Amino acid sequence: MRIALQSSMILAVQLAAVAVSAITPARAGEQSFEQVERGKALVDAGDCVACHTQDQNKPFAGGRPIKTPFGTLYSPNITPDRETGIGAWSDEDFYRAMHEGVGPDGARLYPAFPYPYFTKMKHDDVLAIRSYLNTLQPISNPRPKNELQWPLNHRIFMRGWDELFFKPGTFTSRTDKSDEWNRGAYLVEGPGHCGACHTPKNFLGADKAAQALDGGSLQNWFAPNITNDQHLGIGSWTADEIVEYLKTGRNVHSGAAALMSEVVRDSTSKMSDSDLHAMAVYLKDMNGKTSTSPSEADQSANDVGRTIYADSCSACHRSNGSGEPHMFPPLAKNANVQSSDPTTVIRVILQGARTAVTDSRPTASSMPSYDWKLTDNEVAAVATYVRNSWSNSAPSVTADEVKSLRQHLKASTP
Amino acid sequence: MARKLPSVDVVLVGFGWTAAMLAQELTDAGLKVLALERGTWRDTSTDFAVTFAQDELRYYYRKALFQEPAQETLTFRNSANETALPMRELGSFLPASGVGGAGIHWNGQFWRFLPSDFVARSHNIERYGAAAVPDTMTIQDWGVTYDELEPYYDKFERLCGISGKAGNIKGSIQDGGNPFEGARSRDYPNPPMQMTYGPTLFAEAARQIGHKPFACASANMSRAYTNPLGVTLGQCSYCGFCEKYGCGNYSKASPQTTVLPVLMRKPNFELRTGSEVIRINHDKDSKRATGVTYVTEQGEEFEQPAEIVIMCAFILHNAHLLLTSGIGTPYDPQTGQGVIGKNYAYQIVSSVDVFFDDKIINPFIGAGALGMAIDEFNGDNFDHTGLGFVGGGYIALWNTNGRPIETHPVPDGTPKWGGKFKKAVAENYLKSAAIATHGAVMSHRANHLDLDPTYRDIHGRPLMRMTFDYTDNEHKMSDYLTDRATDIAKAMKAREFHAKKREGHYSIVPYQTTHNTGGAIMGSDPKSSALNRYLQSWDLHNLFVMGASAFPQNPGYNPTGTIGALTYWAADAIKNQYLKNPGPLVQA
Repeated sequence: MRIALQSSMILAVQLAAVAVSAITPARAGEQSFEQVERGKALVDAGDCVACHTQDQNKPFAGGRPIKTPFGTLYSPNITPDRETGIGAWSDEDFYRAMHEGVGPDGARLYPAFPYPYFTKMKHDDVLAIRSYLNTLQPISNPRPKNELQWPLNHRIFMRGWDELFFKPGTFTSRTDKSDEWNRGAYLVEGPGHCGACHTPKNFLGADKAAQALDGGSLQNWFAPNITNDQHLGIGSWTADEIVEYLKTGRNVHSGAAALMSEVVRDSTSKMSDSDLHAMAVYLKDMNGKTSTSPSEADQSANDVGRTIYADSCSACHRSNGSGEPHMFPPLAKNANVQSSDPTTVIRVILQGARTAVTDSRPTASSMPSYDWKLTDNEVAAVATYVRNSWSNSAPSVTADEVKSLRQHLKASTP
Repeated sequence: MARKLPSVDVVLVGFGWTAAMLAQELTDAGLKVLALERGTWRDTSTDFAVTFAQDELRYYYRKALFQEPAQETLTFRNSANETALPMRELGSFLPASGVGGAGIHWNGQFWRFLPSDFVARSHNIERYGAAAVPDTMTIQDWGVTYDELEPYYDKFERLCGISGKAGNIKGSIQDGGNPFEGARSRDYPNPPMQMTYGPTLFAEAARQIGHKPFACASANMSRAYTNPLGVTLGQCSYCGFCEKYGCGNYSKASPQTTVLPVLMRKPNFELRTGSEVIRINHDKDSKRATGVTYVTEQGEEFEQPAEIVIMCAFILHNAHLLLTSGIGTPYDPQTGQGVIGKNYAYQIVSSVDVFFDDKIINPFIGAGALGMAIDEFNGDNFDHTGLGFVGGGYIALWNTNGRPIETHPVPDGTPKWGGKFKKAVAENYLKSAAIATHGAVMSHRANHLDLDPTYRDIHGRPLMRMTFDYTDNEHKMSDYLTDRATDIAKAMKAREFHAKKREGHYSIVPYQTTHNTGGAIMGSDPKSSALNRYLQSWDLHNLFVMGASAFPQNPGYNPTGTIGALTYWAADAIKNQYLKNPGPLVQA
């Protein structure tokens, strides 16, 4: 009995020692497994691989063109290669880039690199990311020269931009909210940088902070409103349905396609359920603006739209717009369909879409392109029809809008 | 000179249904699997999207999904005293080419064979005496029973999401299903399809004269379905473009819509398209296949070594490849000796066209396996005493399609063109239907496959020669079925009906059915069969041959259900017996 008691006390002491060492910050150059794992999870959450990979055989070696309204930037190599990557950077160089948007040589970075979000990350989280990046295979891959318009091709110009639009600062928890809410807010506003696409931008590309996550335009897509708005956002989704979407690329309301399918594939499908749930809890608390009742479309145009819909769309999306949950996205009550900006609706009709593929949802349900089949007037009519049927409401789509996007995309014509 | 490649665990010859299923099973078992397909990659959104899938000219009349006769064909004759000539155009059957094989362009009619079908020889002799099976009728038992295959039928039905209604669950007969089917462990995964008017009229009439009609089991989805692999299919829209077409709506079970989304993501699976296997390499002394030789579209030749070789091509190609590779003893119809090419069989189909004045059938609301059937006259479901034949078939009214170029139903006596023809089409298109009979063909001593002495293919190999004709057994059986179909047509109270019996010699020219069987049959004795009960070659223990080439004769049903069941049965034997102890699974 005595012996048993003693050994259990020894065990308890040992356990305490383990617990203490786990919370001791790792010293520079010392990379604990736990820290590397945490860094990898944050790299996944931040979807770093998406922008920093051009050649799939050279992950994180950069070179991917990022098209912005101001010209094309090329992502840098973030492997530990000393010459062309960030192997020669100190940990504090790395933190400064993430936190202040300034490179080791003092040059201003362009906010295509989302430092206005990453600035919110905690110092030890940033160093955990650095620890993980240090474990990557160094790859020599020089970055192509950026192709930016004057005066933005002068990095000095970014000093003014930063002064106007950027305030460095780590995320601070709100004491009136749960731990889970705060974790979700940290992930959404920090590493997840959801607003980079989903928040509208001003004429110089900075977030319109008052309209956070109300939906934004980029690369000829419209990233929809992801606030809790019932009409324009994802207010009809439960938190579990948001988790399912981020984890698998599908839920009963929608399927991730285009840029979001990359986000699901490379980022959110790899995140833990608890982190995804935290993000969902936070998003469900984003009330957004109460949507004003959008202008109703001219119903007389809808006979054409209804006919095209019955002929070309209803086999998958069903005549009542219900779709086939988890397979063909429902159009009724769909935020993408009812967005004030119809870019995505028009583009999907013109060019089709392919739903994200994940281990749990392996079927790549794809919509074919209709650009070669439907005229500008016909696309406008059917887009207007789906935006104003089955309790949907949104402004009409014009043939000019279709024509303009068709030209931008260099899409076919009938 | 072929370039030799690094060895793989398993090489699959052809990449249709059976190859996709085997690849899924064997990669799950940890093996490195390579599939070689002569045709191209195909997927729903790229190759038969809804925006162009319903193109009759492209897919049917220009045969976009089928084998090119200029690439590979066969020679044909009705009997040994004729000279066989090469088929320069596809005719009574349509072999596929490309990923997914015929699984892309089938109708989706899904049947299990009857328990008595698997013991056709012993069962008929037992019930009707030895004289019922004459010496020239070379039917055999399969070496595997319905009860053994039942779990594998069930597994394939789950994979495909078959829509239907059970007729016999564990011996308990179910209302609304096929009461003649073998006992099944459980119902189909999805309910039957919504029935349209034509099949409904057929079922009412059949019921009136004492039959038990049922909704046919269908690989067209009655509702959206996610299969055990996690792959999702959509609901069928009854567009009427199934047979000879790919489905643009993900709603017909095919390798693409049931297996490939999972399989293609696996690191231990590889597919090489544009790669036609021209030889199975083997070492006679060690009784092993050593791999295959294949040719790419650019004409480059490769030798691909493998531990296990599995032939998964269409039956005619399996038989041809065995013959040209010198595996097994070729069948000799004179002596009855030898096995490769033996017991080739086809099916015999007929119809009764019915025309109404007052009933709108709307044939364009169709699906490949949308129909009602009766099974009273299939297999040995009825007493054959005194009828002078064995075998049978089902009788069904399918509403597969009303495709505009293909469908122009007119009563007998209508001119073939001109104003009267057009008027008759306009009057009858919406008001007509056809009752189909789908009859078995027994195997006969003279019907067989061998190598042609004259004609060669583009690789310099002899073409395969088919020698086939219907015998009295088939004609008597088919006439009997057509008469029973006519009984139902009468009860449908149509304005007029016209029975179209299958008369005379078999013609390979008009399309009838793609259900060819035999040539590398399974059985219990290496003297009379090419494969043992696990579809394993009796000659080379690491060679397996999938598909309907293993059927010893051709029952009166569509074959895909049984091909799938046999594939899972063989996969199970490979995984759980062969890998543990490579060698013959049955001692000769």
